[in-house]
Amino acid sequence: MKADVQERPEVAGAAHAGSDREIGDVVLSVENVSLAFGGVKAISDVSFDIRKGEIRAIIGPNGAGKTSMLNVINGFYHPNQGTITFKGRKRSVMRPYIAASQGISRTFQNLALFKGMSTLDNIMAGRALKMRRGLLWQALHWGPALSEEIKHREAVEKIIDFLEIQHIRKAPVGKLPYGLQKRVELGRALAMEPELLLLDEPMAGMNLEEKKDMSRYILTVNDQLGTTVALIEHDMGVVMDISDRVVVLEYGRKIADGTPDEVQRDQRVIDAYLGISH
Amino acid sequence: MLYREAGQFKTSYAADMAIFPIRQDRIALILLLLFAFVGIPLLANFQLWPLGSDYMLRAILIPFLILSLAAIGVNILVGYCGQISLGSGAFMAIGAYSAYKFGSGVHIPLEFLGTEISIPPLPLFASVMLGGLMSAIVGILFGIPSLRIKGLYLAVATLAAQFFFDWVFLRVKWFTNYAPSGSVAAPDLHFFGYLVHSPIERYLLCLAFVTVFALIAKNLVRGNIGRQWMAIRDMDIAAELMGIRPLYAKLTAFAVSSFIVGVAGALWAFVYLGAWEPLAFNIDRSLQLLFMVIIGGLGSILGSFLGAAFILILPIMLDQVPHALGIPVSVETVSHLVFIVTGALICYLLIVEPHGFARLWSIAKEKLRLWPFPY
Repeated sequence: MKADVQERPEVAGAAHAGSDREIGDVVLSVENVSLAFGGVKAISDVSFDIRKGEIRAIIGPNGAGKTSMLNVINGFYHPNQGTITFKGRKRSVMRPYIAASQGISRTFQNLALFKGMSTLDNIMAGRALKMRRGLLWQALHWGPALSEEIKHREAVEKIIDFLEIQHIRKAPVGKLPYGLQKRVELGRALAMEPELLLLDEPMAGMNLEEKKDMSRYILTVNDQLGTTVALIEHDMGVVMDISDRVVVLEYGRKIADGTPDEVQRDQRVIDAYLGISH
Repeated sequence: MLYREAGQFKTSYAADMAIFPIRQDRIALILLLLFAFVGIPLLANFQLWPLGSDYMLRAILIPFLILSLAAIGVNILVGYCGQISLGSGAFMAIGAYSAYKFGSGVHIPLEFLGTEISIPPLPLFASVMLGGLMSAIVGILFGIPSLRIKGLYLAVATLAAQFFFDWVFLRVKWFTNYAPSGSVAAPDLHFFGYLVHSPIERYLLCLAFVTVFALIAKNLVRGNIGRQWMAIRDMDIAAELMGIRPLYAKLTAFAVSSFIVGVAGALWAFVYLGAWEPLAFNIDRSLQLLFMVIIGGLGSILGSFLGAAFILILPIMLDQVPHALGIPVSVETVSHLVFIVTGALICYLLIVEPHGFARLWSIAKEKLRLWPFPY
């Protein structure tokens, strides 16, 4: 793992240095959450917190319950036990769109774009929550509805510029290559102007160059907009480089939690990844 | 002259978001509207080909316009929001019968309360709009199952609406004002004090309705609500995680779709049929509308027109072919042949281009923009 990082120090590393980003108070805390599907325990008694402005990684071997954890956080799964507190508000059961309206957005492990729509429409759809004009104004597409549409188009164009996807603005996303689709999905999540951005394996299946780009986008979003990021990632080099704190899950249980250095030295983490000799 | 957009620079987002961002498209649309609103009445006035007789207007143009309107409504629900509906015929019937009731005066005796609800006969335009509104309300009710069930299961639920309303309008005599035959006749078409009577006037009335509703539909589908509908269609889970409420998005799609279909139903009954019975809006009508939308192109307003034209006009054209060629075949054979050829063409089209005429059209436009270069 260490060697991996040293091989490509340009991925990130220096990006955090020199910036004046601040890690604030706890914005989301997960307390004693358990989730079971019938007899299968996906998550058992996991607690951790995410602080405002940090990049928090969730790692673990396959089937550790990482994606289930994200699904619990944004309300898609309801935990059997335990509570989630987001911005001081405790909740156990909630609908995903309410989590979205409170400022949580996410991307998916297996892309979940709106395939029949253009890149522009996909990202514009991310602003659905912010658009307030009623059906009648929209039917006219004039006056306040038009100015609202233009205002949000401007915001979306900024995201398109930032992600460097101007050339595919009007292309249907179903036909785009994988790497670009990942970027569009990040754009859609950013369009919600979230306070907490959940990224489920943003770099899966990417080559080195695409990973560098994606890391840069994540760091810039975190740095410039102050967005709190929680990410699941399997590339340990990237995780150890860009995240502030790491939580490690194995078989649904938390086995380590701390800074990348602490986690890397943890014997249980090493055992989980490399196996134990008997 | 050529279909090119070179040199047409957009300097504002408003210009980029226009329905027809390319100048040649705008010119073509203006010409088409001019022809429809001015050219056809002139041709009809001077009895010129192909409007020498009323046949073209009465049997082709008027039903084409009304069914296009209905197809736009169905397309919003099926093509844009992805909720399959087999009950469009029922919603046309609700529009037609509600408009009929509002036009002839609603009278509901409430004897157990010792009172009654009486609404005097309303003007025609108000009746047609209220017909659409009633259809929208029923559409919302029958849309509620869509929050739980999807795809084929939802189709079956909407099929229930179809059979239920077929039964209601046949058996509940109140809706037909206790007409002994079960068939009802539309009132005279007074629109804002003007009597719409001749075929050309009826045609213009339908054209006005279709133009306005097509514009409204286009505005909705390119705006925020349209994106919400398409998001629900393409990936409902992701849409919900983006903050789109499935309840709101699906029920607005049902409401808007049923409203337009209901208005089309009222026009179909009042302007095209004149007198009708529940059979006019049976399951065949629902399937016909669904075919129009699928063949024309799911998720395309233009496709609704193309599909309506294909399904409606093709049989009529095929019917004329043996006559035109002077082949002596019996009327029955012709009608069977029409069925066979139409069915075969539909199969062929769906294999060659599953996304319908609208996709063919956009591919053609894309090629034209690049012509004579391949890419």
